[in-house]
Formats: sequence, structure tokens, C-alpha cells
Amino acid sequence: MKYCQFAQQYRVYNDNTEETTPESCNRLVMKDCTVRTCCPERDFKGDALAYLFNTPDQQQEMLQAIGVQSIDDLFEQIPQEFQLKSPLKIPAPLPEMELEREMRKLAARNTKDGGRVCMLGGGAYDHFIPAVVDEIVSRGEFYTAYTPYQAEASQGSLQAFFEYQTLISRLSGMDVSNASLYEGGTSVSEAAFMAMRVTGRHDRVVVLGSVHPEYREVLATYLHHLNCELVVIPTPEGSVDPGDVEQQLDEKTACLIIQHPNFFGCLEEVAELTALARKAGALSVVAFDPISVGVLNRPGDYGADIAVAEGQPLGIPLQYGGPLLGILSCRKEYVRKMPGRLIGQTVDKEGRRSFVLNLQAREQHIRRDKATSNICTNQGLLALRATVYLSLLGPQGLKEVAEACCQNAHYAVTELQQIDGVEVLFDRPFFKEFSLRFDGDVDLILRQVANAGFEIGPHFERFRNVDGGQFAGWENSLLVAMTEKRTKAEIDGLVKAVKNAVAGVQEMATSAAR
Amino acid sequence: MTDTTTLQYTKSHEWIQKQGDLVTIGITDFAVKQLTDLVYIDLPDVGRTLDAGETFGEVESVKAVSDLYAPIPGEVVEVNDSLADDLAALSDDPFGRGWMIKMKVADSAAGESMLDHTEYEKFCASEEH
Amino acid sequence: MRNESATQLITELSAPGRRAAIFPKADIPATQLDDLIPSQHRASSPPALPELAEGDVVRHFVNLSTKNMSVDTHFYPLGSCTMKYNPKRHERLASLPGLVDLHPYKQEDSIQGMLQILFECQQILGEIAGLPSVSLQPAAGAHGEFTALLVASAYFRDRGENRTKVLFPNSAHGTNPASAALAGFDCIQLNSGVDGLVDLEELKAHVDDKTAVFMITNPNTLGLFETDIGKVADILHEAGALLYIDGANMNAIMGRTRPGDFGGDMMHYNVHKTFTGPHGAGGPGSGPIAVRDYLADYLPGPVVSKTTDENGEPYYSLTTPPKTIGRIRSFFGNVSILLRGYCYLRTLGAEGVKAAADNAVLNANYLMARLKNAFDVPHGKLCMHEFVASASRIVKERGISAMDIAKRLLDKGFHAPTVYFPLVVSEAMMIEPTETESKETLDAFVDALITILEEEPETVKAAPWTTPVSRPDEVQAARKPILTAPEEQTTS
Repeated sequence: MKYCQFAQQYRVYNDNTEETTPESCNRLVMKDCTVRTCCPERDFKGDALAYLFNTPDQQQEMLQAIGVQSIDDLFEQIPQEFQLKSPLKIPAPLPEMELEREMRKLAARNTKDGGRVCMLGGGAYDHFIPAVVDEIVSRGEFYTAYTPYQAEASQGSLQAFFEYQTLISRLSGMDVSNASLYEGGTSVSEAAFMAMRVTGRHDRVVVLGSVHPEYREVLATYLHHLNCELVVIPTPEGSVDPGDVEQQLDEKTACLIIQHPNFFGCLEEVAELTALARKAGALSVVAFDPISVGVLNRPGDYGADIAVAEGQPLGIPLQYGGPLLGILSCRKEYVRKMPGRLIGQTVDKEGRRSFVLNLQAREQHIRRDKATSNICTNQGLLALRATVYLSLLGPQGLKEVAEACCQNAHYAVTELQQIDGVEVLFDRPFFKEFSLRFDGDVDLILRQVANAGFEIGPHFERFRNVDGGQFAGWENSLLVAMTEKRTKAEIDGLVKAVKNAVAGVQEMATSAAR
Repeated sequence: MTDTTTLQYTKSHEWIQKQGDLVTIGITDFAVKQLTDLVYIDLPDVGRTLDAGETFGEVESVKAVSDLYAPIPGEVVEVNDSLADDLAALSDDPFGRGWMIKMKVADSAAGESMLDHTEYEKFCASEEH
Repeated sequence: MRNESATQLITELSAPGRRAAIFPKADIPATQLDDLIPSQHRASSPPALPELAEGDVVRHFVNLSTKNMSVDTHFYPLGSCTMKYNPKRHERLASLPGLVDLHPYKQEDSIQGMLQILFECQQILGEIAGLPSVSLQPAAGAHGEFTALLVASAYFRDRGENRTKVLFPNSAHGTNPASAALAGFDCIQLNSGVDGLVDLEELKAHVDDKTAVFMITNPNTLGLFETDIGKVADILHEAGALLYIDGANMNAIMGRTRPGDFGGDMMHYNVHKTFTGPHGAGGPGSGPIAVRDYLADYLPGPVVSKTTDENGEPYYSLTTPPKTIGRIRSFFGNVSILLRGYCYLRTLGAEGVKAAADNAVLNANYLMARLKNAFDVPHGKLCMHEFVASASRIVKERGISAMDIAKRLLDKGFHAPTVYFPLVVSEAMMIEPTETESKETLDAFVDALITILEEEPETVKAAPWTTPVSRPDEVQAARKPILTAPEEQTTS
């Protein structure tokens, strides 16, 4: 091989890679390049040309107009010593056809199992996405537009985001919603900062141990360098005992953070908890499942001050965890303390209804170090997805989806807990997901269940390092989630697979013990 | 009309008027003009004690937010709550109807290092360039 | 054919009883919800969402889309935003089964293809930066800044140094100070020199043993390469501080120079800018960071590592750096945007990447050369991928402002440049054409601008005339904010 088109650079100090430098090529060529298709020798300049417009003649004309000889002259601003002397060591260009072949090959490595039934939970779920959602967001007028700073040329996005704010506010039962944040985890942290601004209390944040462990990890990262105490109230019974909460809320507490339904799937006594927060002069922040309000009360109904959510269930594909959608809504009196963009309705010079980015003076591009958040780019296209999704579902559709999730989950629990060696971790009311404990090696069981075509989890082992081992004792436990997509046949299939796997593992353990 | 030549000023464009141990605080016409169209004002509650230089509120326009600073220490005894619904008062009559808070001050000598009217006018002229 | 049909709000189109998405009842044995959920948690009715037919929804949103300018429909020379063409192939490829539908908690061994892509993203982005250690987690540029500053903070803490200050020039993006404040640093803003570049004396005067990081965009927001960047780096490194490169303007320099080579210790990318994200009317973005190897241990987890399995085949797994700052978001990152960036970079290769930067800089300089007589360009004889013109003289001569010109451009079928940023230039118009535009388009844009200067000032000041709405009243919007539609009246 004389000239490897797939020459990749690896870090030089990585001992695992051998490097050779063929004479004809000044790039590093890795031995394990052979795991990928290596192009034959050829002179493909890449589809960069497909995206460029100027012909060589035009380039010359332009250089002349500028008054320089060559493009290199334009880069003389960069000191010689810093100019790259050799090409970047990155994979060589691929024409569209070959790129597609390559990507399909890589994608296929993720579907070798032939597409298992996804019953994974923990903040991202396999809900159904109507075709209209994909169709609308694939409009170039939406996805190739920028943040709507020029209102007159962006009424489409602005109105859609105003509608998003409207629908999300109705979903959460709150007065206002911003135009999106990154995802559920950072939304919790943004809500905590917002609560500090509203209450003027910057010393203490209280979070329930039943809040998603990754959200709590993010919160710990965000608060770590500030002089703010992060108090975690353990929830060994799956949901919190309000009595344990009351004593932790003091006159220094900015907020109480609750998830409902919580990470373990259980419902919390939310009305009682928000009342406790209010009594202590703290705000209540509730992370809710946007699908759940098809059957459950909305955060505004039970007195939440700030409602946040991971919006992924609202028409957003799983995408290996991103981009997703951070939802944040609140009471209207806190609106100037909110992070992120807000769209407002106003009139144009002729009195026509129009929409603008509103209350921008809170934001980083104006307030800089005193801004309510550093967020600039948000999740516009995902907010559009949620808007279209909710418009398609309507109240009745949302109720149907929520009921189906809830009923499927309860049917699954009823069946699963009849299996020897399977136990429901918490005997609490739940909505669409629940925690199970297996008697036996969970990794082995999961492997066998997967081989039978079903994926459940996450396994709590994954969170063993979160806040000093709250998950200790739950090593053999995991989450299972049901959505409206699941059928009786699938659930029965899972039950059979779990039954076989647990029996098999127990059998192995017994024979090993003999 | 308030006689603006009797007031004292800060470089952050607050003015104060002293009457015994009672001090009225607002922002100047220059500041209001710089901010352009005002949209929102946030003022403190009565009873709050402020240190010199402490932020006591903020005033917001479409394109800017400006913090309000207490030029001298004291306790807030009265707040012009009507401003929130009548921001025009701030642009029409910043030294009169546009007053923001009244404070009780302990130290009658406080504020002596503030700018007088002439000094403030000179300062504004330099700001404009 | 003027389109007025999307002026109603989606909520106003609602008609009780109308349905779009209809879901079957679960096919499991029937249960009563009352038996499953305790009554105190049950909603009396579902949220008041609009009730529509599928066709209502499609027509409404498609009509709304026509009220936008976009890269697909218009030249969009928005400075600092890199509004380049977003290749359609990325949309198809990022939506392949096996990529779009992967749950974030799938087992590692079942997603080796995805992890390989992400590993290679780390490698490629590390190479383009000249900074080998990469975290793909940040969701956008500002999130990347914040993450990198936490990395710096952890690094200094680990060394027992108490460094509290972050410096940045007055031409910085607003996210720089906002991120620094969020990361708990004191923000110190430095004045730029008259040439628009970092003033070395000013920098020296402020750098001390309390300085943690100097954040700088290079090329800077005036579109100029910081020619003294080597000296800037030396000043910081001698004081034991780190140099942060805001990568918003990587489109100008990729393949030509590397932040790591000119002294940067950490940087973020904006995948939605440089690597064709796309922008999505405000997101999603993706803001990976690249840092020096000695900072790798502090990166947020997880990162993708490569080992070999028992058969000697490559095996990719998620690992957490030993001294990690912790998690900065849930799940892995904005993966679908990274996939688009990956496809872009695999399409271009090294020469293509350089060609993109070359043509971006060529286009910008050509525009600047053609506009120099009509507008003042206060800084720089040549520019990189963008330049900042000033309408100050035009305000004086004709009474029309940068904003007026921006609005009038919309009438001429062009999106406006970024106006009133950076703050160091009065009546600023920041113009970034990108490489994916033709000379013909640039010429037409120049003609439009020059025509505007010749028009009646009143025509320009009242612009735009042809957009779906004229200038909205921002003061009214802010004084009495209306942020949601009112609940529908049931009587109509």
C-alpha cells in the first residue's frame, strides 16, 4: 500500500498504535487502517468542490479585485511560524456515494441485533413519532435559518417558537415557558440558578435522591466551584418521605428539586413537597415527564414554581442521547429571571400581529457577565418538533399515549413480578417505568434478554459512583420503561425472555456451587 | 421643578437630594437618554439596608440593562412604586416624579465626595466623546 | 400569491373534536386507570392543546416556513455565524436506522459503529485543533466555553493554585464573560488596541498570578487574525495562565493553522457553524472542546476510548477521565449534530477543509474590496473570513443607520449582516459570506448595498416593505410581555 487514503492521526504517545510514514505520503498511516475500506490510489479532490462555487477564472478575477496574487497572500496575516506546512492528518475525502456506503456500514454495526425492542428508560424513551414531524423539520426554511434576530425575515420561526411557549405552558400548567434549553440535565441546573436569583438565596440547594442521577451529577458540576451546599435527600423507599424533606429546608435554601414521576418511575407526593418548599420561602423545581400529563396532574396544578423537563418524548428521536430538548417554564412573576430566549408577541408598524425576541436584556449578548445564563444557541429545531408533535396529538392524543404507556407498564409489572427471582424494587404508584431487582448476575441476564430481542435498563450499576453510593445495594436492579409503541406480544416476549434468563443464570449459579 | 444644581451626583449617573437624614435617590436625565426606551424597573423593598456602592435595583430598556447603585449607605424607607406602571415619569421628569427611593442615612457627612452639578456636567460631556 | 394563511396561531385553528394523531388502546387486558394511579395524582382532563386535523398542522407549519429567510433560500451573510450551505446528504445519513434510533443506555457492544464514529470525531477534531484531547459533550459553543473553564478551574485547583480571574477583550462574544461568570470567575474586560487587535501592554498590565484564562476569538470578531498571538500566548504561559481560543471563527483557518500550534491550550468548536450543523433557527448546536494533553484528565465524562478485544479487533468503550470535572449534561452529547460534522469532514478531507477556509477568506476579502469605497472598514487592510464595516459616516451623511440598511437588505432579497456587534465599532455591520457562495451572488449583494445608499433615506428608514411584517414594536413587547397565546374561547 503506497498511499493510504484513510491515514488517520493517532496521538503519538498511544502505544497501541504502530506508525509508519511511507515516502510518498507525509501522513501517518496506521496499521489498523485495514479495518476500514482503504481506497485504491487515486486523485479524488473531494466533494468540497461540490459545495464551492467560484471557478478558477473567477478566483483570479476576485484576487485581482482584492489586489493580491494568490490566496496564500490572503493568509499572510497568519505568522509564518504558525502556518501549517503539511496537510491535516484526517481521513481522505469521499464522494457522496462512498460516504453513504461507509455510513451505512457503520450504522449497520449498531443494528447487528436486527433491531431489538427498546424498553430502555431513564430519561429517553422509544415513543412513536408521526411522519408529519419529520416532514416539517426537514423544511430547509426552518433548519437552515439562524436564530431569529431579524424579526421581519424570521416570522416563521418566531411564531412557531411562540406557539411552542404556549403549548409547553399548557402542558406544564405554568404561565410562561422559554424557547428551549439544551436538555433535561442542564435545565435542572438552570432552574436552580434561577431559583437563587429569585429568592436571593445562594447558599443551599436541596435535591431528592430520586431525581435522575445524571441530572444530579450535572447539578453537582455546576455548583461545585460556587459556595453553595448541595444537599441530597436519600430515597431508599423509591420516593421521598415528606417528613425527611421538611427538616432540610431552611431560610438559606434556594430551592427543592423534585422529579415526578421520579427516576425510579415512582410518583412523589408532589403537592405536599411544593407546599413545604413554599413554607420555607424556597422555590419548588419539578422535573416532569411531558407525556405523563396526559393522565397525571401538571406541575402548575400542584404548586410548582419552576417546571423543567426532558422534551425528548415529544417527537424527538433518541439519537444516542442528543440533541434533545430542555424545557423550562415558570410562574410569570419570575419571567425576568429566566434563562434563555423568549419570544414575545407585539405589533408591527401597521398594527399587524408580529413576533420578536423579547426581554433580550437578560441574555448574554447584552448583559454579558451578569446575564441570567450563558446560553446562546438553544434547541430551536427540537422545540419545533415538540410543537408539531403536540399540535398533532391534541389533548385526546396525549391522553391516549399516556394511558397506553401507563397500562402497558402495569401489565408488564404484573407479569414480570410473577417470575421467580424477579422482584419489584419499590411498591409505589408509578406511571410508565419501574425498577426491578433480579436475583442473579444482571449483566448475564441482560445479555440473554438482549439475545432474545429485548433491551431493558439502564442497569443501576452504571450510577454506582453518583453521590457517594446511593445506589449501593441496588447493584442487581434496573429500570424498565413501556411506551405506547409496545404490544402485548412484545411484553409477553420480554416476560418469557426474562423468565428464561433468570432461570438460566440461577441454574448456572447452582451448578457452579455444586 | 427640582433645582438640579443643588443635587449631588455619581459617575454611574445617580443623583441624590439630602433633606436632613433623609436622602432621595434617582437617575439623571443623561442616564435616561442613554438607555433609550425604558421597559422595566426593579426597585428594592422598604426596610432594606444598603451599603455604599451596593446594587439596589435595575432599569431596563430594549437593548440594555443598567444596575442602580446606592451612592451612600442607609436604610430604604420609601419606594416610588408608581414608576413600574409609569416609566414615562422617569423620562419626563427624572429629578422629580422619577425619583426612585428614599433612604434614612446615619452618617450626615456621607456623600461629600460625590460630584456637584458642575462637575457632573463636565463628566457627562466627556462621556459623550 | 402573497401568503397570509399562516397568520393565525395554531391554537386559533383549533376546533373541538378534530383529530390528527389517533392511537389505539393498548392490546393488553383492559385495566382501569383509576386502579393504577391514585386519585390525587390524576388529572381531571388533559392539557388544553389545540385540536386539529393532520392537514391543518401541515399547512400551518409549511406556510410558516415560507415566512423565514434561510440559507436554502437566500444569501445569509450574518457575521460570526458562518451561514454556509448545509449538505442534504447529512440529513439522510444522520437519519439512518442504527444512528438516529439508538437509545443512550444501549450496551456498548451493540453500538460499536456509533462509538467508532464518535472516537474518530475526537481524533479529527483534535487534529484540526492541534490539541489532542477532545470532549464531544458540550451542547453548543457557550456550553463548551463553560466546560473548558471548569477544566481550567480543576487543573489549577489540582496544582494548588488559586486563580480567580478570566480576561477577555472588549470585542469578545457575550458568551465569554457569561460563561466565565457562570464558572465562578471574576471577569476582566480588556481594551483592544487601535488596530482592533489585542493590546499587549494592556494584557501585560492585567495578567498576574490570579489570572486563570485569557479567552480570545482568533481570528477575532473584527475578522482579523491576531498577529501577535504567539506573544499573547507567551505572556499568559509565563504567568502560568491558560490561553482559550473561542473557535467560532474556525472556518477561516482550518487546515491553514491550528489553535494548538499558535499557543492555545483549550478551544471549543461550533459544529453547527464550521462543520455545517445546521443552525435550525437557533439550534441545536454542538460545542466540542479540544485541550492539551495535560488537561485530558479533567475532561467531563464519558469520552470514547479505543482498545482491542480478545480477537485483536478494535473495541470502543465509554470511559471517565480520572480527575474529571464531572458530568456537564445528561447522556453523551449532541450526537446527531456531530454525525453531520463527521459526514462533512469525511466528505472534504484535508484538502477540502483547507479549500473551504481558502474560499471563505477569498469571498470575504472580495466583498470587502468591493465595499470599501461605499463603507468605512475601520480595521484591517485584508480580512479573514469576515469583516466589520461601519455605517457611521452614512448616519452622518444620509441619516440612515446600520439597522436601516440591514432592514432594507431584506427587501432586496438578502439576509442582513450582523449589526451592532462587535461593540468596539460604532454602527457595525459584520459581514461573513462563507465559501459556499458565488462571485455572482456577492456582486449582486454589493449592488444591492450600493443601491440602498442611493435611495431616498425615508424609503430605507421605513424598510422593510416586502417582508411578512414591518418592524415590530420591541418596546411594547418588552413593557407588557405577551409570551403565550390566550386560552381559546369556547364560544365562537
